[in-house]
Amino acid sequence: MGIPIIEFNNYTFKYRSQLKPTLLDINLTIYQGEKILIVGPSGSGKSTLVHCINGLIPHSYEGEVSGKLNIKSENGLKQDLFTRSKTVGTVLQDPDGQFVGLTVSEDIAFAMENECIPQEAMKKRVKEIAKLVEVDDHLHCSIHHLSGGQKQRVALAGVMVDEVDILLFDEPLANLDPATGKYAIELIDRIHKETDKTIVIVEHRLEDVLHRSVDRIIVMDQGRIVSDTSPSELLSSNVLEKTNLREPLYIKALKYAGCEVLSTMNPAHINTLNLNGWKDKLKECFESKPLRQPSFFSEPLLELESISFRYEAGKEVLNNISLSINRGEMVSVAGKNGAGKSTLTKLICGFEKPSSGRILFNGRDLCNKTISERSLLIGMVMQNPNHMISKHKIFDEVALGLAARGCSEDKISKQVEKTLKICGLYPYRNWPISVLSFGQKKRVTIASILVLEPEMIILDEPTAGQDFRHYTEIMEFLVELNNQGVTILMITHDMHLMLEYTTRTIVIGNRGILADDKPVHIIANNQLMKQANLKETSLFELAKLAEINNPTDFVQRFIDYDREARMRWL
Amino acid sequence: MQNKALSTKTVVAIGIGTAVFLILGRFASLPSGIPNTNIETSYAFLALMSVIFGPIAGALIGFIGHALKDAIMWGSIWWSWVIVSGIVGLLMGLAWKKINIQSGVLGTKQIVTFNVVQGIAQAVGWFLVAPILDILIYAEPANKVFVQGLVAGAANIVTVGVIGSILLAAYAKTRSKTDSLDLEA
Amino acid sequence: MAVEMLSYIERISPIHQLTGATKLLCFIMWTFAAMLTYDTRILLFLFAISLIIFKLSKVKISEVSYVLVFILAFMLFNNIAIYIFSPQQGVEIYQSIHILIGAGHFALTAEQLFYLFNISLKYFVVIPVALLFIVTTQPSEFASSLNRIGVSYRISYAVALALRYIPDIQREFRTISLCQQARGIDMSKKTKLSKRIKNAASIITPLIFSSLDRIEVVSNVMDLRGFGKHRKRTWYSAKPFQKIDFVAIILFFIIWTGSLMITFYDGSRFYNPFK
Ligand SMILES: Nc1ncnc2c1ncn2[C@@H]1O[C@H](COP(=O)(O)OP(=O)(O)OP(=O)(O)O)[C@@H](O)[C@H]1O
Ligand SMILES: Nc1ncnc2c1ncn2[C@@H]1O[C@H](COP(=O)(O)OP(=O)(O)OP(=O)(O)O)[C@@H](O)[C@H]1O
Ligand SMILES: [Mg+2]
Ligand SMILES: [Mg+2]
Repeated sequence: MGIPIIEFNNYTFKYRSQLKPTLLDINLTIYQGEKILIVGPSGSGKSTLVHCINGLIPHSYEGEVSGKLNIKSENGLKQDLFTRSKTVGTVLQDPDGQFVGLTVSEDIAFAMENECIPQEAMKKRVKEIAKLVEVDDHLHCSIHHLSGGQKQRVALAGVMVDEVDILLFDEPLANLDPATGKYAIELIDRIHKETDKTIVIVEHRLEDVLHRSVDRIIVMDQGRIVSDTSPSELLSSNVLEKTNLREPLYIKALKYAGCEVLSTMNPAHINTLNLNGWKDKLKECFESKPLRQPSFFSEPLLELESISFRYEAGKEVLNNISLSINRGEMVSVAGKNGAGKSTLTKLICGFEKPSSGRILFNGRDLCNKTISERSLLIGMVMQNPNHMISKHKIFDEVALGLAARGCSEDKISKQVEKTLKICGLYPYRNWPISVLSFGQKKRVTIASILVLEPEMIILDEPTAGQDFRHYTEIMEFLVELNNQGVTILMITHDMHLMLEYTTRTIVIGNRGILADDKPVHIIANNQLMKQANLKETSLFELAKLAEINNPTDFVQRFIDYDREARMRWL
Repeated sequence: MQNKALSTKTVVAIGIGTAVFLILGRFASLPSGIPNTNIETSYAFLALMSVIFGPIAGALIGFIGHALKDAIMWGSIWWSWVIVSGIVGLLMGLAWKKINIQSGVLGTKQIVTFNVVQGIAQAVGWFLVAPILDILIYAEPANKVFVQGLVAGAANIVTVGVIGSILLAAYAKTRSKTDSLDLEA
Repeated sequence: MAVEMLSYIERISPIHQLTGATKLLCFIMWTFAAMLTYDTRILLFLFAISLIIFKLSKVKISEVSYVLVFILAFMLFNNIAIYIFSPQQGVEIYQSIHILIGAGHFALTAEQLFYLFNISLKYFVVIPVALLFIVTTQPSEFASSLNRIGVSYRISYAVALALRYIPDIQREFRTISLCQQARGIDMSKKTKLSKRIKNAASIITPLIFSSLDRIEVVSNVMDLRGFGKHRKRTWYSAKPFQKIDFVAIILFFIIWTGSLMITFYDGSRFYNPFK
């Protein structure tokens, strides 16, 4: 092994306001030039660990530390933040908060300005770095005109200028579409190879990160490290299952079929996977499972008639869109970053007014209804949880909507408690929202809408930043609501979620609707997938590998079986 | 970082505080019935920032915030009142050490201290300094500027007294006590 | 709520070429000149110059016309207020009475009209220059300029941050208000005013607290990227001083001292045509 660069020794950390430690007895050594992935349930302490490495703990977050932490063989507990910032660069989890400059180039240059580097040298270096991460066409753009994927690249460039040894990424993929996510992973990999930096990635989308190889995967659960091995070892063990994390789909399928996954099969990546004679078993097993027939709906609930829209002083985002959502349906909306998905939902809820066209709900025109009148019919969970939160305590936040409607205290507390339990937040109900992890915050906002029980619910990327267990709980609850007749529309970048839970997918792109069809048909259309930055799931590749001639049925059977298996958690 | 210069946090507080002060002044002020004089919720926010981050932050948020607001809204700056906003921010910040809001304790004593300080600070600013500067700089009629100062000052003292105290209480609550968070069944 | 505010307008013009520091210095000299003098001849002269400068900048009137409407309304109010509070201020200043209409305390005098005309003229002198200062200065370059003319870089950076975050906070203000409405808090014109005022409070509080959180995050990010490490810092968007900057500053200085000398030459700020 190489030279250790980060060493945790019996390290424990407790936030000042917490009664119990958030990190417990951490023993972890990371070597120079390694690429490490950290996974774990939401709230397990991943971001906290990242803050210990970059020095925000203890410099910015107060708390009690015990044990040892060495960074480049120096005592990390004594170092000041400036020394640390020369060694460690961080891309934070918060999607918007990390930009300080007005424009792309200034943001990239920020660290150099602080180093008193002369202007000429800065300009040169900014150009170089921008080229490396491919934002050189946008140097003069202001930050909020960039798409999610571009922002991610600028954030990366901003920490790269500083010649740091260690790069930390806290959920770099959270809001990226599948193709951009893949690109981001390739970019990180390229930087790793070209510059030989040590890289630590925290991410829920394990399978997406494994698109390029990593050296080790660390699994965290409730503040402890429960596993620290190579990807192949991890995937052939049952650690992920035990911590309720999502295994790569092809691994799951193999396990369901009763195939034993061994580290010698190279399970870390589908392209290197060696099926080792399990082919027939896989085929046989899935063909014996029944195939569910999806149901159909026909009574339109929400109709958009030739809607067009542009933001002030911007290009047209949506042009002449017409679509209809039927009562009782569960529909997904997909499309590349910046295609206009969130904008579409804002139009439906009345946050923005279309420049032309009509929106009908139940056959009645919505255009003259105020936002709060529409909210009685349609509940909306926004993409960024920070935009929705307005109360101090979790309980109050979820109760807000009911209170505004004048419900009795009794009813409020009953309803709120029920919803909090569904969203896995009941034990936290008296906590201030500000101490929650990102995924927990997102769940608070989902709860605050679910509690209102509207006729239709719109969710903008409900599962971003969620772990598999909470993902399942939330989605199953939505299915239950759906069975009771609530119509559900959700925006997602998760191809498997789209296949698993929705009966129809609307693909948005090029200012209009690219497709409106059953998810399986969408996935089968290669040209469309490319155009909309989507990506087929690894199950299709597995089916090919096992020479199963009807991959669509294979996927459907997997989904049915998988749902049943997971119901046992609930 | 810990030296006598402004800390990074104070710098950011001045920057973002200024932006918020400006937006509140722009969108969240209510007409009082006297020309050019509004009930400004932004001064309640200024009071909160002065108490959390101290007199220097308060002075700069008031001064820069008011100057930028005038400039962006009207295209010209009414210097006399801009200066007074800075002075008011500064004086209200004098309650910073006394109240020590970061500790999360906010009893009657602190609320009273806060209101006495803000009352005096604003009285000095609006009743005295603002009219005098108006007369010196702009040669406006004395009775007009004194009435304007009185109305604006009284409105601001009441606004800050009510909304400011509420904000302070809410802020104190967000400072969770040590060892207070645990999972509940 | 989507009210426009003044912001940088990209153009190629001599005014845009000046550094922010030059423009700030000139702007301050100009406002002081206009503030102190009540000499009508000088005011008219300054007004003419300000129109020429405006023309030079290639900014179109239509691009700033919405602010002009605000300003005109403000001036009208201010004039009326002055008239109501002291209808004879002009008489006092110019020491003569020429009644035009009416009688008694509220009689309309030529002196009062002339006084109001002068007050309004003072605004007209400042407005074009002030507007230009705002729409021709790039915010980040302005921050570096402040630093150059001696303001500490921390405070200069605070100003840069303020300019950087104004659009963000404005957007956030809007989003929060929309989200609150989407959860049943009605803020549209359909509810009573008193209720609307109360509801407005439900937006202010989250805005303030989310801003406090933002302060936390941004200062973390800045610390992580080494802000405040040295006693100086460089600026990516700083502009070098050019000949045109010196020319502009010297010109403004001459105008400034000249106008003050003429104004106070006879010991009074006022030009009196009634004598
Ligand atoms: N500033 C803080 N003060 C007190 N407790 C905190 C603070 N920040 C986080 N916590 C608590 O520490 C625990 C771990 O949080 P952390 O943000 O590290 O989780 P995470 O693993 O990154 O989760 P996610 O995947 O949702 O981002 C959470 O239960 C959270 O409530
Ligand atoms: N408030 C706004 N003002 C101006 N332009 C905006 C605004 N919000 C979004 N846009 C622009 O509109 C386009 C569509 O944005 P939108 O947020 O709807 O995309 P999206 O499909 O939801 O993307 P993502 O997958 O990244 O969330 C983008 O080009 C974006 O830059
Ligand atoms: Mg996290
Ligand atoms: Mg979106």
